[in-house]
Amino acid sequence: MSYLDNEGAPAWKAWLTTTDHKRIALMYLSLIAPLFLAAMSLGVTMRIKHLHGGDFLISAQTYNELFTLHGVVMIFMFVIPGLATVFGNFFLPILIGARDVAFPRVNLLSVYLFAAGCALALFSIVTRGGAADTGWTFYVPFSVRTGTDVSLAVFSVFVLGLSSILTGLNFIVTTHRLRAPGMSFHRMPLFVWASYATAWIQVLVTPVIGITMILVILERFFNVGLFDPAKGGDPLMYQHLFWTYSHPAVYIMIIPAMGAVTEVIPTFCHKNVYGYKAIAYSSLGIAFFGSLVWGHHMFTSGMAELADMIFSLLTMIVAVPSAIKIFNWTATLYKGSIELTPALLYALSFVFLFAIGGITGIIQGALAVNVFLHDTYWVVGHFHYVMFGGTGFGFFAALLYWFPKMFGRMYNPKPAYWAWALMFVGFNVFYFTFLVLGTMGMPRRYYAHLPQYDTAQLLASAGAFTMVSGILILAGDLVWALFKGARAPDNPWGGMTLEWKTASPPPKENFKERPVITSGPYEFNPGRRA
Amino acid sequence: MSEAAEFDYEGAKLGMWLFLFTEFMLFGALFMLYGGSRVLNPEQFHAASRELDAGLGVANTMVLLTGSLFIASALSALQGGRRRAARNLTALTVLCGAVFLAVKGFEWAAHFRHGFYPNGPALKGAPPGRALFAGLYYLMTGLHGLHVLAGMALLSVLWFWLGSGRARPDHFIALENSALYWHLVDIIWIFLLPLFYLAA
Repeated sequence: MSYLDNEGAPAWKAWLTTTDHKRIALMYLSLIAPLFLAAMSLGVTMRIKHLHGGDFLISAQTYNELFTLHGVVMIFMFVIPGLATVFGNFFLPILIGARDVAFPRVNLLSVYLFAAGCALALFSIVTRGGAADTGWTFYVPFSVRTGTDVSLAVFSVFVLGLSSILTGLNFIVTTHRLRAPGMSFHRMPLFVWASYATAWIQVLVTPVIGITMILVILERFFNVGLFDPAKGGDPLMYQHLFWTYSHPAVYIMIIPAMGAVTEVIPTFCHKNVYGYKAIAYSSLGIAFFGSLVWGHHMFTSGMAELADMIFSLLTMIVAVPSAIKIFNWTATLYKGSIELTPALLYALSFVFLFAIGGITGIIQGALAVNVFLHDTYWVVGHFHYVMFGGTGFGFFAALLYWFPKMFGRMYNPKPAYWAWALMFVGFNVFYFTFLVLGTMGMPRRYYAHLPQYDTAQLLASAGAFTMVSGILILAGDLVWALFKGARAPDNPWGGMTLEWKTASPPPKENFKERPVITSGPYEFNPGRRA
Repeated sequence: MSEAAEFDYEGAKLGMWLFLFTEFMLFGALFMLYGGSRVLNPEQFHAASRELDAGLGVANTMVLLTGSLFIASALSALQGGRRRAARNLTALTVLCGAVFLAVKGFEWAAHFRHGFYPNGPALKGAPPGRALFAGLYYLMTGLHGLHVLAGMALLSVLWFWLGSGRARPDHFIALENSALYWHLVDIIWIFLLPLFYLAA
């Protein structure tokens, strides 16, 4: 009996009151996927606007609201929760041989909070003030003074934060308490390690953004002056509080994607992962150092010079554990018997694009260069290389890898290859042009652009449209497979981790008998060390 | 496959501790804001703090600490099999919370009468920084007050559970976790007291 079977109960009731981690994962997916497509279409609208340098298609005010909403939805409703809530919820318990997460009812609560948070943010579009026009960073003083409905938007972030905290808390306790007999920490699959490291960041830093968002609301209603120099406050304090969460948050976004890619690569190289412990502990290293680098968002804000230098140094250091991962993925490929399935193709694109994202990050982490690049398209390009080239492609890789297990259906690989080609080429044309535009001096978040940027803007838009057509093809392929795909076997890829040792889709209780673990997770060639 | 049905004591406690970490970080952000603001306005924080009555602050600290003593005793009473005593001690803890909030209520009412609130008459023309102190004071003690209220609600539920047997000598995790929560509320107050009442 698969977990998708309602066992006689009405479908709506069976789904809305479920505490099964697998169903909760699908509930998250059903919220996140449409939100991703909606936020993507906001991005497309902006790219259409930039086909023309001046007044075109939408007003400047609408443009401000569009990039804010695009950022808020993509960041707080797709990249932050995406991999953790969908694949983390579905596979973390299975990968450690557990029946469910530690607190299943709390898990259900978190999905409801998530839905409420999304609804609040979308509701701000139709309220009298209109959607926030501050950018997703909600910087004071503008966020306190603007007439748009910032309060609703930041409150939505607060609620989404609550949901994120509960998910993290659940994952930590699950990892500590519910591992199957024999599953020591050093036998856990690396996606579990990644989710575990991410969960710690979620638990420790998300409360900071929660309270900071509440402060913005209080400022708007009571005008206390916490960030107002005329009243003794300091706007820099807002930036510190905001980035104390929001920088570690980019690691909440990327580490689970790294974890998913680490599952995909050994499976399709049919080879044990290279440097298991290095990958496992580098996740914790990123989580630790990543929490200490937030100041690099504020190099031009007027911090003390010494603080600038310390934050710059720490930024360089955080690149080390990320680089360790890249070397290990590459070394895993070496002498592997590589099977270039769609999932592996997307995972390799992740490695390539994330490397560019990381290196551009190092460049702008250098103080002198940062002054020149700050607030230009360069930063937008860098950010999307990490967040879309990284987390986005990682999400697709995970989806293509685990789709047969989650839904019990196979997708047609051909459209997935075509979609990859369009996405990969379109992506690079789009965002590499952004990097160049940034060095040419094009500021971010500008409604209009000067004629000298016309050609590059056109090129970027063409790349964007190509990429989006790829995404739509992939979405179509998967939706088709959902209904018409062939039945998936239990282990279509020859994977070694526990999810492949149960049925597709898994039974409600995950395993018929509780698995007992006697070896590491990727023993493709027992007896031979990788 | 029955491990999920079994109750996991360690897991439940670990979950509670993680939740308490998030509470520390929630207040931690405000302590950071307080620290930054105070460095910018040391004299004004000093002056504004005179509005607060240190005697009441210390008295309230004693009230909260007594509550902590009661709830810790309640837990050991329950573990020792004395459910009735545990129940009464829990009620006493809730009472301590109520006394604390009542004192706080009188304090706030007095501040408002004196016009001591952001943009209020007493602070309108005051040098920058003084209203900031007042704002942080209301914000942080207010948030703390909400936590006291939540703790009281939690312990009231426990009071019923101790009666109905949902919390019992061989199953005391709910009382233990609620007691942990109460101690957290206490600890945060112990930091708030010197930062606001004793800053003068």
